[in-house]
Amino acid sequence: MSEVSLLSLSLIILFLPLIGFAVVIHFGKRFSKLYLFEVAIMGIALLLSIIIGYFKLTDFPIKDLVYSFNWIDFGNVPLIGEFKIELGIQIDNISTIMLFVVTLISFLVHIFSIAYMHGDKRFSRYFAYLGIFTFSMLGIVLTHNLLMMYIFWELVGLSSYLLIGFWYEKKSASDAGKKAFLVNRVGDIGMFIGILILFTHYKTFTFDTIYTQMAAGNIPFDSFSWLTAAGILIFMGAVGKSAQFPLHVWLPDAMEGPTPVSALIHAATMVAAGVYLISRIFVMLTADAMLFIAVVGAITSFVAATIALTQNDIKKVLAYSTVSQLGYMVMSLGVGAYVFAFFHLVTHAFFKAGLFLGSGSVIHAMHHEQDIREMGGLRKKLPITYSAFLIYTLAISGVPLFSGFLSKDGILAGTLVFGNLTGHWLIPILSFTVALLTAFYMFRLVIITFHGEPRNKEKYDHAHESPLAMTVPLIVLAVLSVFIWYTPNPINPDAGWFSAKWLQTPASVVPQETRFDFMQNDFSGAKYYSNEMIHSETYMHELHTLHYPAMILSILLGGLGILIAYLMYQWKKINPDKLAERFKPLYNFSLNKWYIDELYHYTFISGTIALSKILSWFDSNIIDGAVNGTAYITRVFANVSNLFDKYIVDGLVNFTAFISGFIGMSFRRFQSGKVQAYLVLVVFSVLILLLVFNPF
Amino acid sequence: MEGFPILTLITFVPVLGMLIILLLPGEQKQTIKITSLAATGVQLVLAVILLAGYNYNAGGVFQQGSFQFIEKARWIEIEGFDWLGTLKVDYFMGIDGISMPMVLLTALISFIACISSWNINKSPKGYFALFLLLDTGMMGVFVSLDFFLFYIFWELMLLPMYFLIGIWGGPRKEYAAIKFFIYTLLGSVFMLLVMIGLYFSASETLADGSQVFTFNLLALMDKANYTADGILSPFNPDNLRFIAYIALFAGFAIKIPMFPFHTWLPDAHVEAPTPISVILAGVLLKMGTYGILRISFPIFPEITKDLAWYIALFGMVNIIYGAFVALAQKDFKKLIAYSSVSHMGYVLLGMASLTTAGINGAIFQMFNHGTITAMLFLIVGVIYDRAHTRGINDFGGLASQMPIYTGFVTVAFFAAIGLPSMSGFISEALVFIGAFGVEEIRVLTIISTLGILLGAAYMLWTLQRIFFGNLNEKWSGLKDLTAREYVMLVPLTIIIIFLGVYPSAMLDIMNTSVNTLVDFVTIKVGNISVSGLLN
Repeated sequence: MSEVSLLSLSLIILFLPLIGFAVVIHFGKRFSKLYLFEVAIMGIALLLSIIIGYFKLTDFPIKDLVYSFNWIDFGNVPLIGEFKIELGIQIDNISTIMLFVVTLISFLVHIFSIAYMHGDKRFSRYFAYLGIFTFSMLGIVLTHNLLMMYIFWELVGLSSYLLIGFWYEKKSASDAGKKAFLVNRVGDIGMFIGILILFTHYKTFTFDTIYTQMAAGNIPFDSFSWLTAAGILIFMGAVGKSAQFPLHVWLPDAMEGPTPVSALIHAATMVAAGVYLISRIFVMLTADAMLFIAVVGAITSFVAATIALTQNDIKKVLAYSTVSQLGYMVMSLGVGAYVFAFFHLVTHAFFKAGLFLGSGSVIHAMHHEQDIREMGGLRKKLPITYSAFLIYTLAISGVPLFSGFLSKDGILAGTLVFGNLTGHWLIPILSFTVALLTAFYMFRLVIITFHGEPRNKEKYDHAHESPLAMTVPLIVLAVLSVFIWYTPNPINPDAGWFSAKWLQTPASVVPQETRFDFMQNDFSGAKYYSNEMIHSETYMHELHTLHYPAMILSILLGGLGILIAYLMYQWKKINPDKLAERFKPLYNFSLNKWYIDELYHYTFISGTIALSKILSWFDSNIIDGAVNGTAYITRVFANVSNLFDKYIVDGLVNFTAFISGFIGMSFRRFQSGKVQAYLVLVVFSVLILLLVFNPF
Repeated sequence: MEGFPILTLITFVPVLGMLIILLLPGEQKQTIKITSLAATGVQLVLAVILLAGYNYNAGGVFQQGSFQFIEKARWIEIEGFDWLGTLKVDYFMGIDGISMPMVLLTALISFIACISSWNINKSPKGYFALFLLLDTGMMGVFVSLDFFLFYIFWELMLLPMYFLIGIWGGPRKEYAAIKFFIYTLLGSVFMLLVMIGLYFSASETLADGSQVFTFNLLALMDKANYTADGILSPFNPDNLRFIAYIALFAGFAIKIPMFPFHTWLPDAHVEAPTPISVILAGVLLKMGTYGILRISFPIFPEITKDLAWYIALFGMVNIIYGAFVALAQKDFKKLIAYSSVSHMGYVLLGMASLTTAGINGAIFQMFNHGTITAMLFLIVGVIYDRAHTRGINDFGGLASQMPIYTGFVTVAFFAAIGLPSMSGFISEALVFIGAFGVEEIRVLTIISTLGILLGAAYMLWTLQRIFFGNLNEKWSGLKDLTAREYVMLVPLTIIIIFLGVYPSAMLDIMNTSVNTLVDFVTIKVGNISVSGLLN
């Protein structure tokens, strides 16, 4: 298949869900079956993405297909010259794989939702929202430039907002939607500034154009610090979207949305967009930026795992687990294990979507009960859900033969090598601890939910296995959580096609002195390299040495976690309540999510609101007060003028009049009408005049 | 269309309508309304015709030759004062890429505001007559190229606005109207002084070779026209250009409104009837920033360059301060008013960058703020008409009661938040791109980006408080949008989304002129003979 047809097909895939959205949002109320149109569209999109995937990976295994066009043309700009903003799409291997992952999970979630959302009063609108989400997500996947990334980045934020707050009658739901949007915006501001740094310097948003110039030694403002800053700032976007510490607080709350949405958006695809973003900017990350990213990822995975240990809401456990696993991926990119980060993104997308859909099946069966303390023994009632759930759990816990083992093992080995080569041992220590914690809390969840005796007999009795529309997606995802799809060798992903053939690492473009020593630099000029070539020989040597120890350690830790979970919850050899009692402060710290929400509430939120009130007061009393004060003073002055006018000016006038009157009065006496008197007056006057002028 | 006085027509069509209305008896309410709808409708059609005949490659700004649809005639001529020479004022109109978007905006918003005025029943004769006079004043400001004419239109718009707020307004209408009037008049006084100062500082050579003082804005932009000893002449070592710039800027800043001159705005908005709020926010505020671009920048380029940092600072303060104050508001309309203060800050910031991206962003933001805020005020009007309250906390759960209305509100709110795919995003992004590229104001730009977070905060919080949650039983009788309201909101929605997806439709109109302006202000610095990159 030719390049053009592949690009056209991907554009069709991109816009199909948008059409679905537009049609369903406008006519969904009138035609109640219209949601099927949206589902069908997702089916077509999935088919097309399989076709694209096949032809791209076979015909153009290492070529990037690009289509771009001028969006805004500023013409001949003073001092700059020709100045344009381009948009466009790019199909490379990771976008091809993401295309498949997104359309597949989206399709499965659409199917699942038909049954799960059945009877909801805004049923068709729900599907419309899924459509706009899928459109936005595919935009992120296909973009070849930072601006379009940002545009669709915000659009997934919108659809996430709409879907989290879908049941807006509940205050907690609309609160959660608002929180998600605002917390994400914090990260987005950083991302936007990072993009501005690059654009100001390179006058383009296109990844490849920027990277070509960077590789030629042209770095932002000729400064390593700006380069590092740009990387870290763009990464801020990922911190928000992928729920990394300290902006992870929105994701657990996002569980207020319908559970299939949690599976699609808040587990498998949108939250992975952050990881995808880092993959896209991976080549421009300096050593400092990478270390920063690794540390953030490691802290996130650890913090979230510790919180997941004690949560009692089935979705909350999974939410923190998602945060923790996203931390893994981010950390993996930070330590330079690019391939495994993306690999984990894919495997995690399937098993975590499965876990959420599985929890949805449980919640559906339990009539919207989410507290695991009300469950128990459900495996008899929900055999298919249980089996699928167990497979996902084995995958996420890193048990061999399942997909998670392959990707997680690569990440763990990567952190170990990183620790060994750079001396940052904190990262491997945290990552291995998290492996233990993950296995523990996931099995705790499975055991409490599905094993043992029912704790709420009434709800248990009413529970029933979900309909086919819900179980089929679960089965598909469970099948995809097995190793065979990724590699024929269950313990070595490098033997397979996925990580070795399809996923190649792009060459770093930052100057050598800003890279880690182990990021090899004598590239031949090609864009992609195999995992072996991207790293130095020392690194590969370390990797070969440490691979098996890391694998054994991770199996041991995972097994230990599972064992402890069984001891505590299945066999009841250790009493978790007593343990909680003994470590009360630690237990509370975990149960209350490290009090981070409270911390934000009392600092940022209260601070902002207080400041806004102060400024509002300032505005209406000081600024407007000054205006009104001026008016008042003017009026006082006017009154004074008035008084002045009335008594002084007018007084003067009246006084003049009075004087005139007075004189008039005085002279009136002479006007007596008596001729004799006039004669006397004339004579006197003449005499006086003669005296005065004295003409003689 | 050569020689056809289309700009005169587009400016005075509303006055024509006004005259007809004045001849009609006051009881014929329907006829009056239809007449004014027809007048604004014709104006809108004329604006579209203008656009159809518009040359995208003509720069304008300071070159008379590349202005379009020029109309120039001697208007006032008084001879016989020795000290004055010949007093002559031209009737001089023309448009370029800076005014074209504003002409479109004025015609559009006036038409929509006219539809929105349909439920005005208190002496509609007076209302619509004043409304149309106001329309002429606004349009005139955007097409004038002579300072005197500009000033006349500027003042012309003031009086009808005063009465429209003062008579058809809310409970504190007198206070708001007087505050608006006096505040704006204060700005006009500054402008008048500068105008007279400029008049006596520059002269224009007429066809017969005689030199006369001039109000011609294009002549005032050319340094060669200034006399050696004029009070505002750059060649006079003791000139008062700096003070004149500040005075003129203050005059425009009041209109924008720029902090700290903004407090007339919330009062005027809260008291004004809905259509007048729409006009006020949609068009009037733009006259301030338009004046800065049309007059302050090209006539005082050297001072503009010196003061750019301060303009950016005020832009930043507007953005952040306006957003914070908006966050604290409990009155829906007041909140939107303060959001205007915040959004106009982006215009200031973009202009201050003196870059193509920044000024394109600024003008585009003027247009987008016009459409988005018009929509927001219409939305406030819809709910106020029904519930007779604007208290944000009085509502709750309206999404279930008025789903279509809620849909439009969501679109408008997200447009105001600057969501990509809507026009507001493009203009804000261009402003940031332009401003971030200038090293001197980079820090101010970074601080300003907080505005996009705060904007989302107050908008989403409002959305939640009014529309989400359970429906307050008190409001279970509220009806969803009527056909008339639908007709007002749909075109705005379409424009907002269309320009968000295809911004070039608007950016191409202004781009050549913006490049010309940037070149003129930053490279030529008013010396037209100096060739910049564009020549």
